[in-house]
Amino acid sequence: AMEDVSAKFVSQKISRTRWRPPPAAALQPPDVFATGSWDNEDNRISIWSAGDLGNAGLSGEYHGEPHLLCDIQHNGDVMDMQFLDQERIVVASSTGTVTIFRHHQNNQTLSVNHRWEKAHYHVDQDTSSGGAACTGVVCNNPEIVTVGEDGRINLFRADQKDAVRTIDNADSSTLHAVTFLRTTEILTVNSIGQLKIWDLRQQRNEPSQIFSLAGDRVPLHCVDRHPNQQHIVATGGQDGMLSIWDIRQGTMPVSLLNAHEAEMWEVHFHPSDPDHLFTCSEDGSLWHWDTSTHVSEKPSFFHQGGRSTTYLSHNTINQSVVSAWLSNDPTKDRMEITNLIPNQTLSVNSLDVLGPCLVYGTDAEAIYVNRQLFA
Amino acid sequence: TAVPPQVVPGADPSARQLCFAWGPAEVLVCETLFSRAGGSRSRCLSGSRCRSRGKGRAGAAARALTGSVAGTGEGAPSSSRVFVVRRDQDIYIQTLRKLFNESHGIFMGLQRSEEELAGKSRKAQLVQVSKNYRSVIRACMEDMHQAAVSTRDPALHGQYSTQVSILSAMELIWNLCEILFVEAAAAGPLLLRLLDWVRLHVCDVDSMVREVLSSESPSKHKLFWNVVDVFVLQGRMDEARHLLSKEASANPTSMNMYRILDDLMKKMPVPTLGNTQTLTELELKWQHWHEECQRYLQDGTFASNPHMESICKILLGDEEAILEKKELMTTWYHFLVTRLLYSHPTVKPMELRFYAQSSMDLFLGGESSPEPLDLILMAAFEFEMHQVIKECSIVLSNWWFVAHLTDLLDHCKILQSHNLYFGSNMREFLLLEYASGLFSHHSLWQLGVDYFDHCPEYGRVYLELHIERIPLSTEQKALKVLRICEQRQMHEQVRSICKIMAMKALRNNRLGSALSWSIRAKDAAFATLISDRFLKDYCERGCFSDLDLIDNLGPSMLLSDRLTFLGKYREFHRLYGEQRFPEAARLLLTLMTAHIAPCSFWMTLLTDALPLLEQKEVIFSAEQTYELMRCLEDLTAGNPDKQKFQDDDVETTKVEMLRLALARNLARVIIKEGTVEGS
Repeated sequence: AMEDVSAKFVSQKISRTRWRPPPAAALQPPDVFATGSWDNEDNRISIWSAGDLGNAGLSGEYHGEPHLLCDIQHNGDVMDMQFLDQERIVVASSTGTVTIFRHHQNNQTLSVNHRWEKAHYHVDQDTSSGGAACTGVVCNNPEIVTVGEDGRINLFRADQKDAVRTIDNADSSTLHAVTFLRTTEILTVNSIGQLKIWDLRQQRNEPSQIFSLAGDRVPLHCVDRHPNQQHIVATGGQDGMLSIWDIRQGTMPVSLLNAHEAEMWEVHFHPSDPDHLFTCSEDGSLWHWDTSTHVSEKPSFFHQGGRSTTYLSHNTINQSVVSAWLSNDPTKDRMEITNLIPNQTLSVNSLDVLGPCLVYGTDAEAIYVNRQLFA
Repeated sequence: TAVPPQVVPGADPSARQLCFAWGPAEVLVCETLFSRAGGSRSRCLSGSRCRSRGKGRAGAAARALTGSVAGTGEGAPSSSRVFVVRRDQDIYIQTLRKLFNESHGIFMGLQRSEEELAGKSRKAQLVQVSKNYRSVIRACMEDMHQAAVSTRDPALHGQYSTQVSILSAMELIWNLCEILFVEAAAAGPLLLRLLDWVRLHVCDVDSMVREVLSSESPSKHKLFWNVVDVFVLQGRMDEARHLLSKEASANPTSMNMYRILDDLMKKMPVPTLGNTQTLTELELKWQHWHEECQRYLQDGTFASNPHMESICKILLGDEEAILEKKELMTTWYHFLVTRLLYSHPTVKPMELRFYAQSSMDLFLGGESSPEPLDLILMAAFEFEMHQVIKECSIVLSNWWFVAHLTDLLDHCKILQSHNLYFGSNMREFLLLEYASGLFSHHSLWQLGVDYFDHCPEYGRVYLELHIERIPLSTEQKALKVLRICEQRQMHEQVRSICKIMAMKALRNNRLGSALSWSIRAKDAAFATLISDRFLKDYCERGCFSDLDLIDNLGPSMLLSDRLTFLGKYREFHRLYGEQRFPEAARLLLTLMTAHIAPCSFWMTLLTDALPLLEQKEVIFSAEQTYELMRCLEDLTAGNPDKQKFQDDDVETTKVEMLRLALARNLARVIIKEGTVEGS
């Protein structure tokens, strides 16, 4: 419902929004999120409180707009961002630098915890070397993987000064995004429509598998893996198309779903209810893809922030609905698709979902929080 | 509230002549070598400095003309300085970015809105749009006020406070325009709207009202009668009567007097918003009530209490009595509305101008001259829309206000499309100015695109000129700019962006990226250039780089001949690697005979044939061998640079080895084919 969305104009174009992960046994909905800006003379990492929890109450009514807790200057555009744990955020910069910021919750400040200067760089013909944009970062504490315009893959550990592993020229085109498939394997997407699996245990500097779009090699911009069924992978492309891949078979996507009219910038399965998927795009829309079969059987936390349950304990529910995403014609079957932003004109660059909450940021310099996604 | 004109700091027009170059959003000013008496050379446009716009933005604080000086040739002798004067400096104020972004959404909504909606519902829609704009201004004003209060830097505080007063003036003007032009309130409701307008904007007395009302016994307060007067002057009768009743209960002796005044105030006829009474009915009632007030005043009912007597005079619209309360009204337009309320409650829109002019004259009384804001409001009361917009353009330090207001008025279909001398109308002219300002900003440029889209005459040209100047710092940003161009079929710009990005990638040795950029632009020439780089790399290193790309070219291989060759040549290597020799041999030959391979590469291809010729099995047929021989002869004979082959030992050896291998293969194949055919 639109009235549950609160907006705030923040005087900077937002490139990334991320919920802070909840503590292990949290019962409340998420309340703090981070944003990063781009294309500003002075870019910033900001930590926000989603709103006054006191007002949320049991009835789930929600008032008040997000308010700034603290922020810190960031060199270059924020290209990607990921929480490492509750206090640390890893940020990818257009300068090629990767930085870990620490959020000190006691006095609400941000500080630089660690920095890998020019983790991504070009070897220039004439000059020595220049930074290349780091386009994607993914964390699995303490491991951090980054990819960039230089086609390089870096593996860092939060506690180590130097990269644990670097694959130079891993890809001859630009790597746009990265995510973990399993603890030792990662997935990357690139600007010539390829999805690649890399096994970091192997010393070979080559992908263990390459998947590819048929026909025109439309660049892929984002990738996410089904949280429970690891063989199901979703990617979003330059033409706004959502592709679902089954990495156990074939080299082409299982289904191609027409969605946005321009670049799809992010795709996310709902972490605890992966029948739901969210995508956002340059065309200013944000789609909610719903393959849940029986509306009445929604887990209780949908109704409001888990009084009786935690977010992560519901995995079993979804095992039965085996492959709504892999059925031959998902559109015909039972997919419900809703645009959550009517009349938006500028790009929605980023979104994040956690529990019943959605946060997204736009080029119209606004951040939006929806606390009752499934109401 | 206007920015006073200032000279460009450092420029001295008395010593040297200045020259100007007008850009879309900026003016370049520089000193020439012409002395006042007239000289010979101009140095201003000869140096590259003239293009150093945006450099040293620190200077932006210094205002010049109605803009700001953004960059100067620091430390250089004065004669070679170039000043960048911005026309729209407000876009650099952080808080105002909310105004620009939020109003962009409203603007887009208005452009999309249904023009077909008839009469009343269309008007209601437009009034709502106008209110939305005003609420954005107010929200921004509050933020700016907060910023002013919380800053400790006196300079910043001054800047924020100035902005608060500019925003407040903008809202005041906008609100009046909304009443008069957008809603076009008719006689009757018009007065009610003007009263609301005055109540909303004359807030100087609010603190006094609060102080008196919150005091223990308001009627004892020394400002008690002032507050009653404020209520009466603003037509807030219920509040005035409420206060008076407190005073009455404290003065039982004059009870009767209070009762009469209270009764008069209660009975005062006012226009209503519904159609419950006609104007004539109202005028009749009002005439009657007016006479009753007159009677009480003349028979001296209030003579014993000067406060009440003065209130009664105000009710009668006595100009002198109202003017005595000048301090409580603070502005001439408050005086105007009070005067209308008590003398001409059914004033028609077209009569406003007379009352407005005389109210201003009476109120200012020749003591002070009208300020720009007064002149703008006066122009509005005179229904001179173009004058309002013109004055605002001159006085306000940004284009936001006039651009959006003019667009709204244009949608109301009340602006005569009076064409400006260069061909587009005023709406378009102002939108172009505003959007150009946005484009000169580091990050607001994206907003500007939509404004250009809604300028039918010149929007496209402006967009084309501006979009090429957006720095493409990352691929992500380039993609966003590219999307804007592709959506609008701006082929020229699409090509140029892709070319820039492809060049960058090439410089960084990112052949794969370079190729995908040229594929996106369908730039065959560039794809050829990149293919050549791949082939050169191959010749130098003996192996292919970027196999992941070349093996997956797909249909894009057809973009350029050279790319096709690259793909096919790589296919040859794969076939060879998989020991599918006959297929490999056939492909290799086709590459030459079908002229897919560039001539410069034939030697490499022939050399690649060597190991196939030396295989134990015979692979090339007699016919194929003859063709290979012809290729070799064509290459050596047809090469104009014959010397090269003769001088170059390596090349000569190669040719000889090839000839030998070909002859041996021919011998073997004749025997083989002869044997097979003979059997």
